[in-house]
Amino acid sequence: MTSALASVPAAAAAGSAIPATGVFEYAWLLIALPLAGAAVLLLAGRRSDAWGHWLGVLASGGAFVVGALLTVVMMGAPLEERVQDVHLFDWITAGAFDLAAGLRVDPLSLSFVLLVTFVGTLVHIYSVSYMEHDAHRRRFFAYLNLFIAAMLLLVLADSYVLLFVGWEGVGLASYLLIGFWNHEKPNAVAAKKAFVVNRVGDVGMLVAIMLLFAAFGATDFETVFSLADGANEALLTAAGLMLLLAACGKSAQFPLQSWLGDAMAGPTPVSALIHAATMVTAGVYLVVRSAPVYAGAPTALLVVAIVGAFTLLFGAVIGCAKDDIKKTLAASTMSQIGYMMLAAGLGPIGYAFAIFHLITHGFFKAGMFLGAGSVMHGMHNEVDMRRFGGLRRYMKITWITFAAGWLAILGIPPFSGFWSKDLIIESAFATASGEGWQPWVFGTVALLGAGITAFYMSRLFFMTFHGTQRWPGHRVSQTETVDEPVQDPHESPALMMWPMIILAVGSVALGGVLAFGNAFERWLDPVLGYTEHPDPVLPIPVIIGATLLLVLLGAFLAWRQYAAAPVAVVAPRGSVLTRAARRDLYQDEVNETLLMRPGQYLTRSLVFGDRQVVDGTFTGLARLVGGSGELVRKVQNGYVRSYASTMVAGVVVLTAVVLAFRI
Amino acid sequence: MNLSNYLVLSAVLFTIGTSVVLLRRNAIIVFMGIELMLNASNLAFVTFARMHGDLTGQVVAFFVMVVAAAEVVIGLAIIVAIYRTRRSASVDDANLLKS
Repeated sequence: MTSALASVPAAAAAGSAIPATGVFEYAWLLIALPLAGAAVLLLAGRRSDAWGHWLGVLASGGAFVVGALLTVVMMGAPLEERVQDVHLFDWITAGAFDLAAGLRVDPLSLSFVLLVTFVGTLVHIYSVSYMEHDAHRRRFFAYLNLFIAAMLLLVLADSYVLLFVGWEGVGLASYLLIGFWNHEKPNAVAAKKAFVVNRVGDVGMLVAIMLLFAAFGATDFETVFSLADGANEALLTAAGLMLLLAACGKSAQFPLQSWLGDAMAGPTPVSALIHAATMVTAGVYLVVRSAPVYAGAPTALLVVAIVGAFTLLFGAVIGCAKDDIKKTLAASTMSQIGYMMLAAGLGPIGYAFAIFHLITHGFFKAGMFLGAGSVMHGMHNEVDMRRFGGLRRYMKITWITFAAGWLAILGIPPFSGFWSKDLIIESAFATASGEGWQPWVFGTVALLGAGITAFYMSRLFFMTFHGTQRWPGHRVSQTETVDEPVQDPHESPALMMWPMIILAVGSVALGGVLAFGNAFERWLDPVLGYTEHPDPVLPIPVIIGATLLLVLLGAFLAWRQYAAAPVAVVAPRGSVLTRAARRDLYQDEVNETLLMRPGQYLTRSLVFGDRQVVDGTFTGLARLVGGSGELVRKVQNGYVRSYASTMVAGVVVLTAVVLAFRI
Repeated sequence: MNLSNYLVLSAVLFTIGTSVVLLRRNAIIVFMGIELMLNASNLAFVTFARMHGDLTGQVVAFFVMVVAAAEVVIGLAIIVAIYRTRRSASVDDANLLKS
């Protein structure tokens, strides 16, 4: 495919790849290392129980070292050599269709490689301690390695088909890890739900691949992107919408977001790695990677932005009502990915910011999930925030690292979330044309979302670490006595602390470092092309000021309600909105009524029809044959004389016939 | 003397043999019925040979005798074997081949 590209110099502006040279030829090691780790851990079985987890850490860490090396070399390479294609092998050759499996190493994929392997390795290290008492720790690490390999394949693939392999791979790893404790039924059900909802998205992915293949005769990025320029807009819109459907499934965007909350049934490190930092952001990656497709489909892009904006508020509202610490974080993830989708939906002015927020979010959200895991570790796996309170005195490091993530997601300067989120809000207030309703609507939604985010994240933070102690064994109120075992909150071991500390450092500093001189945006330029940013409809200082004001307001409201005032141990009934938000805004009910029940009725009636009509015909035939056989069988009574008389009768009849007709 | 009388006798003998085969249960008697039928047909063969002046019918009668002799040997052996195992020579008791 690279040779085909050489004949199209016009496409060499942005996003066209050159054959990989030098150290980039070894990019396959990125995938091979964790894949080998998973294979060894799964095949070696119990023999590797003793050292398997360290092998897992090593495989992931090795991939990070390779990724870091590639990034350093990439930074030294001239701009036009920063998009490289590593040919692996000829994969599918069928007539005119010739697809090679290859890796596309460019600043965009390397950003993901670094995020996935770095956060992934930290989560591996954390899990060594977190899963210490689990009999199946080795299997857990095998799945984690499998996930890392699949995710790297997803972001490094150079064609939609290969991307789809990684896409399904992370889905499988996610399924296996959500249901890791599948001996308890709710966990297995949650895993199944995630799998099924993701399948709905995958249909979109498949249809998109088929559309692109039907139109362009190829599925590799090079050909598709060079031909997408000037292709039929209706086709690109359809492909873009289908890609969006796929992205919605994987990234838990409306209307396919219902699985993410249940996915928290998995072990907390899994939630940190897969359902916060990496896998759920694959949808954003898909949209940004498909930028040339969306370039010719403004309608599809607008839908991306609308979906993002809607999910942003949707997740934020849910987050305000949940009492489960992990589900609050899951709702927050949904909402933050809504921000990324919104930014991606803004087109070229937002792509880089979407990825930027994705990276910083990967750090601070993974850090907060690990913090939640640490809290659960110290509180006998209690997840109800109404049972926490005042933990800052018992878990100092968790408190401080969580605070870093909290301030980052709030967008308080100079924490990393401020840089990335603020850029998205500013971009939302701007469009390329600078006209119309879009900047106002998207900008307001993004602004409001920031305020609500501040409220629910502060609520989570204050309910957990501040306020009165509400865990059993301590005085909850003057009259109430608690007969449950006494909780003994304690700090987690060092292996869990250090990943949290490192992620906290990232939450504090990463945004500022990457935003310095627009470094990150310029880094992505070879992939996304250089874009001038139009001025927002409001002056930038006003936007920043309004954001900070709303954030502080949200945080203050949360402080007044959950830190300064006592928090009820049993959730109050709440308003209509609270009750709805507690139940994910009735998304499960909607899905069940609109999709699941009719589907069940359909299958039931089809099964009925199959049994009665199709099976009925053939069982009826069989019964007819059987019945006549039953009748005829009676003739075979075993008496010689009856056989003999039959023969005599036959001879008589034959003779009569011969005589009668004189033959 | 009219040759057709022999044919009538042959038919009568054959009918008696058939009736014996169909009506009697003792295997030995049934066997005798079969012999009677064979010999009735032999008589018919010989009579027809005489009527047509052709020796073929007589030759066939010899063949039938040979086959009948062989058949008697095998048939009696089977009857003896069945009698030894089942203590009965009734054809109705040997009904194992029914479904």
